[in-house]
Amino acid sequence: MHTKSLTELAADLASGAVSSTELTQAYLDRIAALDSQYNSFITTTPEIALAQAKAADEARAAGQAGTYTGLPIAHKDLFCTEGVRTSCGSKMLDNFESPYDATVVAKFKAAGAVMLGKTNMDEFAMGSSNESSFYGASRNPWDTNRVPGGSSGGSAAAVAARLTPAATGSDTGGSIRQPAALCGITGIKPTYGRVSRYGMVAYASSLDQGGPMAQSAEDCALMLNVMAGFDKMDSTSSQRDVEDYSAKLNDSISGLRIGVPKEYMSDDLDPLIAERVQAGIKELEKLGATVKEISLPRTRMSIPAYYIIAPAEASSNLSRFDGVRYGHRCENPKDLMDLYTRTRKEGFGAEVKRRIMVGTYALCAGYYDAYYNKAQQIRRLIQQDFLAAFNEVDLILGPTTPHPAFKIGEKNNDPVSMYMEDIFTLSLNLAGLPGMSVPCGTVEGLPVGMQLIGNYFDEARLLNVAHQFQQVTDWHKQTPAGI
Amino acid sequence: MSLDQSDVERIAYLARLAIDEQDIPQYTENLSSILQLVDEMQAIDTTGVEPLAHPLDGEQRLRVDEVSEMNQREQLQSVAPATEEGLFLVPKVIE
Amino acid sequence: MEWETVIGLEIHVQLSTQTKIFSGASTAFGAEPNTQACAVDLALPGTLPVFNENAQRMAIMFGLAINAEIGKRAVFERKNYFYPDLPKGYQTTQLEKPVVGEGYVDITTDDGSRRVRIHHAHLEEDAGKSLHEDFHGMSGIDLNRAGTPLIEIVSEPDMRTSKEASEYARKVHAIVTTLGICDGNMAEGSMRCDCNVSIRPKGQEEYGTRTELKNINSFRFIERAIDTEVARQIDLIEDGGTVVQETRLYDPDRNETRSMRSKEDANDYRYFPCPDLLPVVVDDEYVEAIRATLPELPDARRERFISEYSLSEYDAGVLSAYRPQADYYEAVVAASKDAKLAANWVMGELAKNLNANDTDIKESPVNAEQLGGLLQRIKDNTISGNIAKKVFEHMWSEGGTADEIIEAKGLKQVTDTGAIEKVIDEVIANSTSQVEQYKAAEPDKRGKMIGFFMGQVMKATGGKANPGAVTGLLKKKLDALCD
Repeated sequence: MHTKSLTELAADLASGAVSSTELTQAYLDRIAALDSQYNSFITTTPEIALAQAKAADEARAAGQAGTYTGLPIAHKDLFCTEGVRTSCGSKMLDNFESPYDATVVAKFKAAGAVMLGKTNMDEFAMGSSNESSFYGASRNPWDTNRVPGGSSGGSAAAVAARLTPAATGSDTGGSIRQPAALCGITGIKPTYGRVSRYGMVAYASSLDQGGPMAQSAEDCALMLNVMAGFDKMDSTSSQRDVEDYSAKLNDSISGLRIGVPKEYMSDDLDPLIAERVQAGIKELEKLGATVKEISLPRTRMSIPAYYIIAPAEASSNLSRFDGVRYGHRCENPKDLMDLYTRTRKEGFGAEVKRRIMVGTYALCAGYYDAYYNKAQQIRRLIQQDFLAAFNEVDLILGPTTPHPAFKIGEKNNDPVSMYMEDIFTLSLNLAGLPGMSVPCGTVEGLPVGMQLIGNYFDEARLLNVAHQFQQVTDWHKQTPAGI
Repeated sequence: MSLDQSDVERIAYLARLAIDEQDIPQYTENLSSILQLVDEMQAIDTTGVEPLAHPLDGEQRLRVDEVSEMNQREQLQSVAPATEEGLFLVPKVIE
Repeated sequence: MEWETVIGLEIHVQLSTQTKIFSGASTAFGAEPNTQACAVDLALPGTLPVFNENAQRMAIMFGLAINAEIGKRAVFERKNYFYPDLPKGYQTTQLEKPVVGEGYVDITTDDGSRRVRIHHAHLEEDAGKSLHEDFHGMSGIDLNRAGTPLIEIVSEPDMRTSKEASEYARKVHAIVTTLGICDGNMAEGSMRCDCNVSIRPKGQEEYGTRTELKNINSFRFIERAIDTEVARQIDLIEDGGTVVQETRLYDPDRNETRSMRSKEDANDYRYFPCPDLLPVVVDDEYVEAIRATLPELPDARRERFISEYSLSEYDAGVLSAYRPQADYYEAVVAASKDAKLAANWVMGELAKNLNANDTDIKESPVNAEQLGGLLQRIKDNTISGNIAKKVFEHMWSEGGTADEIIEAKGLKQVTDTGAIEKVIDEVIANSTSQVEQYKAAEPDKRGKMIGFFMGQVMKATGGKANPGAVTGLLKKKLDALCD
């Protein structure tokens, strides 16, 4: 049962082949038995899950079930969950039981979903490997000596190990797409503003976006139908109408114009990944798509621009963690300064401190123009590159990551080389565009992903193309050995 | 751009982060290498380019001025490290 | 040496919205600590701001009232600093693109009139409060005030005397209370002034080094604080010292200013546009719709009071400065049909009683209709001015209309000449020695001597005799005795 997709489980629940309680118990048992190998959960919530499952079964018996009623889900531990620890992978919030639900969490609750627990992540979503988690790195189910990617690494690992059929993630510079690629699952980062950020602990406000992670595009569509939509609590939330993301999955993609940026198929890219992506392109061509080379000349510049903008916003967003109203507080502060500096020293890990410091520096009076303002100008140029490309093509395609999963500890002392792993994903966040990662093969036994980039609010098209691809390939159905 | 020790100390002060003396060289090196990376930006001519602060270039939506939040002090302070008589306690604030 | 003082004011005005600038919590004054601080005000992780339309509207009203350009695209920025009363670790404010641009107000003092230019006014959020009662050597933080909308009105350094500064502050107070965008309650901190003060040798163009006097909350203290600070600066310079640019606190008990060293540590506020809020865009239609709702402003009302009611410039200025008082006055005029008498009573007896009882005119126990009715009875000679004061006292403490009180207390003025003549005859008969003196006096001294007889008559009639009638009859009868 655990290898079934979310869509299949929905059908089983609907037909009565299985109850939500049975399903939930099966996943809780798997987590209890296996997660010590993956460390993909920070917190499990069996009581809540079983209570929600029972309520879901009752709703179904009463004829009040919706599509999502009774389906299990795990939330990345930066979505606030009322009465349940919301740690953000940080010692700072190790003791923080949120007094309220994030909008995304509330929407899943309202849809009748069953929360299995909260997944591991890089501390405050800052990282591409999950190694910065206060709770220890999550491990890649395809090779537990390797990272699952990050920052939504716990969500990706949990779905890959089939400990949950679906998990929420968040993506600030690739944090859904990169771990999805490294763990062989499907994930979509929607257009900025499509999914509410209310209750999603902020890393970089103008880049953060929550999204679905699951086995397939079809499953992601099911989740996005729950997650997407305007939220009056989030000023940056889009008021545009939400589509039914499942409705167009089966549309033909014949005549689809795909652009492949030459900058993505560059020397930085592992040639074996390039091969897998080319093979994926061939499949889409067989389905009637046309492919042409395009150029996104400022791709490389997304790294410096991102590593100014994101830390700058983070340095300000994380100022609220001061030991006064919630979260960690140092023992016996001798004065106010001591309270601040020691609380923050103890509460934050090394990567978070590094980014706070870079961001602080970039915003200082004398450097603002050279760094922050410059980065925001480059951001506009990157956006213009994309908009120009979308005049010629319907969809952009390339690799999600330049390499497959690296070994735990391999890049620990070299933040800059870690940052380079994000080269293909960062620019979408800077521009606010939707993107998804779809499994397209393995390299030496490790999964790799193909990235689809859409125009603003073109999630339905991305999901359609990915679904069509997954109808003719089975990479998304492959699991690590022994699962 | 590379940083020296006093830059790191000043940044840590502004960010209210205590850092151990022995960690300063490591921070200095890490931050300098990050700044070197971001300095690549300077090669791009951005004259006349309007900075992009929000990806969608949207406008602020306005909220109707009606009270929607009632007193939730008990629940909100249940996660606070130190409170007394409904106040959050901190080491003495000197005006 | 002769010195010239240069003063600029930054005035913080709390807007009288129902809710906070970025949250739906109430702004009502005086609630139990932290009962009006919601999740957003406490900066709980994941919370986001949504801008209050009424705050925007009120700021624009102020802009229109000072003839300023309205910012068509205002941008909120974050001012980053750590303080326990600042939950997010930054204050959301406006810097480069404020809602209100350059404007001006005109003021009049004994030295003549002056135009004070306003550099700009911006919207921002208020901070909470630190309470320093002894909590085992700790401070207590109340965040009820955190997030209350403020406009900060920044003047040019156009004032030259402390009197001008306080007059300017009074004018701003008159404008914001007339607009109804601030309750004007300075004791509760609804309006707070920072005064930038410097001196320079008379005739010198260049400004001297300025100090900033923080958080002054009365007009009287503005004058005293500036006078004290100017004296300090003059003494300092004349003794060979130099003024240091710093923030100083005025201590009204000691009438001195002192340096606030603790706030002097070199900060860098690292301003940048708030990524959680989008630019606030207004069109001409919106601005014009607000303009159409503006009430008559103090300057216009003062002019009208002079032309329509023939009031002196002084009286018109006082009566128009505070909208509830001006409204009250006009209602009294309408009820009494005597503008001059109404002015005397509103500024005299009524103001005296309001002051003595520390009562705002809005809470006056005597309403405008009651007072107008009383003035009518003075005008139609039902009662004298002195009796009217007694009626007023009764009205103030017990309520009732003038007619009811006059009737109940039998205060109706005696105008029946027959009755008065009878009393006069008795008084003359009982005052033989005074009558002799009167007769012996030079005719031109006799007028003064009538006072005694007048007093006796009033005493005998309980003050109810019409004073004009009494004087005429007395004179006639006494002069008849002299012939």
